Amino acid sequence: MSRINTFASAGRRILPNQWDVIALAAILALFVMIARGSHGITAPLPAADAPAVSLDYWQLPYYAMRTILRMFAALAASLVFTFTYATLAAKSRRWEMVLIPLLDILQSVPILGFLSFTVTFFLGLFPGNVLGAECAAIFAIFTSQAWNMAFSLYQSLRTVPRDLDEVARGFRLTGWQKFWQLEAPFAVPGLIWNTMMSMSGGWFFVVAAEAITVGDTTITLPGIGSYIAAANTAGDWYAITAAVATMAIIILAYDQLLFRPIIAWAGKFRVELSASQQTESSWVLDILSRTYWVRTAARPVFKLFRSIGLLRIGLPKLLPPNVVKATPEASRILDIAWIAAIVAVSIWAIWLVVAFVATELSWPDVWQAIYLTFFTLLRVVVLMALATIVWVPVSVWIGLRPRWAEAVQPVAQFLAAFPVNLLFGGAVSLVLTFHLNPDIWLSGLIVFGTQWYIVFNTIGGAAAYPNDLREAAANFRVHGWDWWRKAILPGIAPYYLTGAITASGGSWNASIVAEYVKWKDQTVEAHGIGAYIAHATDKGDFPKIVLGVAIMSIFVTLFNRLFWRQLYAYAERRLRL
Amino acid sequence: MLDPSPTNLLDVSHVSQTFAKGSGEPGAPVLQDVSLTLRTGEIVALLGRSGCGKSTLLRIISGLTRPSEGEVTLAGKPVDGPAEGVAMVFQSFALFPWLTVLDNVELGPRAIGVPQDETRKRALKAIDTIGLDGFESAYPKELSGGMRQRVGFARALVVQPQILLMDEPFSALDVLTAETLRTDLLDLWQDGRIPIKSILMVTHNIEEAVLMADRIIVLASNPGRVAAEIAIPLKHPRDRLDPDFRNLVEKIYALMTQRPEPKPVVAESAGAATGLGLALPRVSTNSLAGMLEEIAAPPYNGQADLPHLADSLQLEIDDLFPLGETLQLLKFAEFADADIKLTALGKRFVDMDVDQRKKLFGDEVLANIPLAAHIKRVLDERPSHRAPATRFREELEDYMSEEYAERTLRAIINLARYGELFAYDENAQTFSYENPT
Repeated sequence: MSRINTFASAGRRILPNQWDVIALAAILALFVMIARGSHGITAPLPAADAPAVSLDYWQLPYYAMRTILRMFAALAASLVFTFTYATLAAKSRRWEMVLIPLLDILQSVPILGFLSFTVTFFLGLFPGNVLGAECAAIFAIFTSQAWNMAFSLYQSLRTVPRDLDEVARGFRLTGWQKFWQLEAPFAVPGLIWNTMMSMSGGWFFVVAAEAITVGDTTITLPGIGSYIAAANTAGDWYAITAAVATMAIIILAYDQLLFRPIIAWAGKFRVELSASQQTESSWVLDILSRTYWVRTAARPVFKLFRSIGLLRIGLPKLLPPNVVKATPEASRILDIAWIAAIVAVSIWAIWLVVAFVATELSWPDVWQAIYLTFFTLLRVVVLMALATIVWVPVSVWIGLRPRWAEAVQPVAQFLAAFPVNLLFGGAVSLVLTFHLNPDIWLSGLIVFGTQWYIVFNTIGGAAAYPNDLREAAANFRVHGWDWWRKAILPGIAPYYLTGAITASGGSWNASIVAEYVKWKDQTVEAHGIGAYIAHATDKGDFPKIVLGVAIMSIFVTLFNRLFWRQLYAYAERRLRL
Repeated sequence: MLDPSPTNLLDVSHVSQTFAKGSGEPGAPVLQDVSLTLRTGEIVALLGRSGCGKSTLLRIISGLTRPSEGEVTLAGKPVDGPAEGVAMVFQSFALFPWLTVLDNVELGPRAIGVPQDETRKRALKAIDTIGLDGFESAYPKELSGGMRQRVGFARALVVQPQILLMDEPFSALDVLTAETLRTDLLDLWQDGRIPIKSILMVTHNIEEAVLMADRIIVLASNPGRVAAEIAIPLKHPRDRLDPDFRNLVEKIYALMTQRPEPKPVVAESAGAATGLGLALPRVSTNSLAGMLEEIAAPPYNGQADLPHLADSLQLEIDDLFPLGETLQLLKFAEFADADIKLTALGKRFVDMDVDQRKKLFGDEVLANIPLAAHIKRVLDERPSHRAPATRFREELEDYMSEEYAERTLRAIINLARYGELFAYDENAQTFSYENPT
């Protein structure tokens, strides 16, 4: 570069460039939207009979903004939770004994069933104010993200490469320094991926949580979810269509403006030996990194973060290390005391639940709940099987064609975000018009949102299938059923199972919404534990809700442990390519 | 010098290391009664084969791991945690991929609170010394292996350690790059341009040790212990083709291929009597046959010089020695000083066809490896002719560490499969006679 050239650009550099203008406009717009959206959060609770949500299309952007803010608040809460819970679990062996199984169970509990409790709880915290309902909705979204994210961080913290750990220890980094220099960066790619996947699930919850009736109390928060609920009540097809369009735009914006840039940025945190072949790119990140002002403004911020991460914060050594090192016997006694405490607390908790349920319910109720759970189990199993039969061949076909895979995979992820409530009108109309058996025909709703996980992962698996194995199969003229059974299915099994496990968990949750469906003034109901819980929620019958959720949780946990985990372990051991 | 004991920079006295088994009880020792010293101004190489505990020893010295027994003192002070005054260079480079070269180098000083300007000055100087100018803002991913290891060196130098510890620093690099880095480091060391008092390096490369070190400490395996100490009086720069150099290399080869004496720990136990305490390395049966053929063919005609063989086959001693030892165990070949020689049996094997080879191989495994005979006996005794692998694994763990037991079991499965002695079902983890017919 010539000297003159350098001078010219040096002079011009101080002025913002065109990318700065774009970035600044976007940033300002963001602030305005947040200000407008957050305005309504602390409003007093409207009277129960006042319509909180109008079906006016022009209100949709505002509703969308409110919903988005809720999602963000939940995301922030999930991050705080993740960083404390997972770190504690990874750092302390004794806490790990409690926290990880607990997290495992929490993942299996259909939190949607507990919505009535959380709503009541949060309304009690902020009486007469919308904030309580907001918190309940945010909490519902939180529960759909936090467990997954915490697991991801925990696993990353446990698998920090040994040599990097030794470098950190060798340089005598304090716990704080090590966390921010090594552990957190190492966990970033996994955490972001899991956050993104959880976000799809979050939509399902936000829609369910914005408009909810618990006994006599009906809570309606302005948002896309209550808009859909209002449209369902009014039987307004146009409003449903408008809601679908709005959601599509939001999901797309989320993906393009938030997650793509973050994923592209997080590429540098991947621990790998060589620069990977495919690097994610994002036009938003490109704009931001081409700006001058924004970058200049951001630089001291990054520098500050780095300095904070390098502060010498650590637990002070109260005793010399050789005194701290407990004898094995003492450690074992402490372990026993700790386990005894855990067992005692668990027994007390179980007793509490049983006592609560037993105030109004007796054994026949329990049998009934178990009986209904079998219906839902059957539904989940059959529908998962159907979805597998339909989607695996399609996904394999797509996955083996890179161009198609590239186009379809984001669409599948996109579709997974659409809440099942959008289909209520169609389902109810069909069942009533043709006098169909709801036990059979409502079942499809269970996998409406979750089947896409199978599609998404199977496509990924087929796309990653080694080309030489494909060529070998073709060369030896392996075809037909043999080709499926011996060549492709074992190869995609680990991927398919990842998708199927997610889909199965989601389907149980969805049953609470999908077995008990309302459209205008008509209600269609199937037999199942989901309908049981939904019914109890409508009536505000808390013991029944607890019973229903407890039985469902036990089933889900057993189903996961006895079926999915075994399959997955087998696939990991034998079929990982 | 004010230092009262300027000669002994580092003292390792009677260090033993035992890792607990999965069940909680102590396993077989990884290191046993290791003592060594490091003096100012010398490069010492710890030479040993994989699994001899040399990396563990290095981690004990750096304070990253505590020994089960014994003590390490650094400049007179006992080491009881990550020590000041030592810095380590890793085989895998161990760079933080999200930090630039400069940030990686600055990490050490900044972590202990050295002011930013001072850190920057020292980092740039280290980068300059090690030849990384111009790469300051690159990420490790963008660099070649050699450049990455230079970052590793700069990062270690910048904390101004007294002792530089190196854990096989050149073994992940290609031959040319490794040689350049070795000579660059030696030049810096000879010219006194790096403020380090002493270097302790771990290696499994005999020539590398002779090329760089003033003293070589040879470690024996299972359990790791000091087998010999050899002074290298050659002047720098050393020439690999110099007869004195070659003689030293030969001498060390001969030393490292000596038949292991009966192991002190299990000498009186049942393991030694039944021979179950014999740890087997994992080797490929194809390589075994290939090596026999190579030695049988010209130019070796039945007897090969090990350094020469290693060079022509491009094998590290971690590959070469296990092959040779397995051949010796099966009586197909034997070591003689720094040579390996085919036996009559080995010569017969080379001339056989595939089926005959497998038959002979199977017979030899059964006759010479007690574990194989033991498994076969158990299978014969049981009415079902099946036996779970865990049974044998637990037996092995009485005599060796879990890692060695697992490796030995894998090795015997591999040898038995080739010799068609018995079958192993990976899913059920059981031995049997059932092969698909």
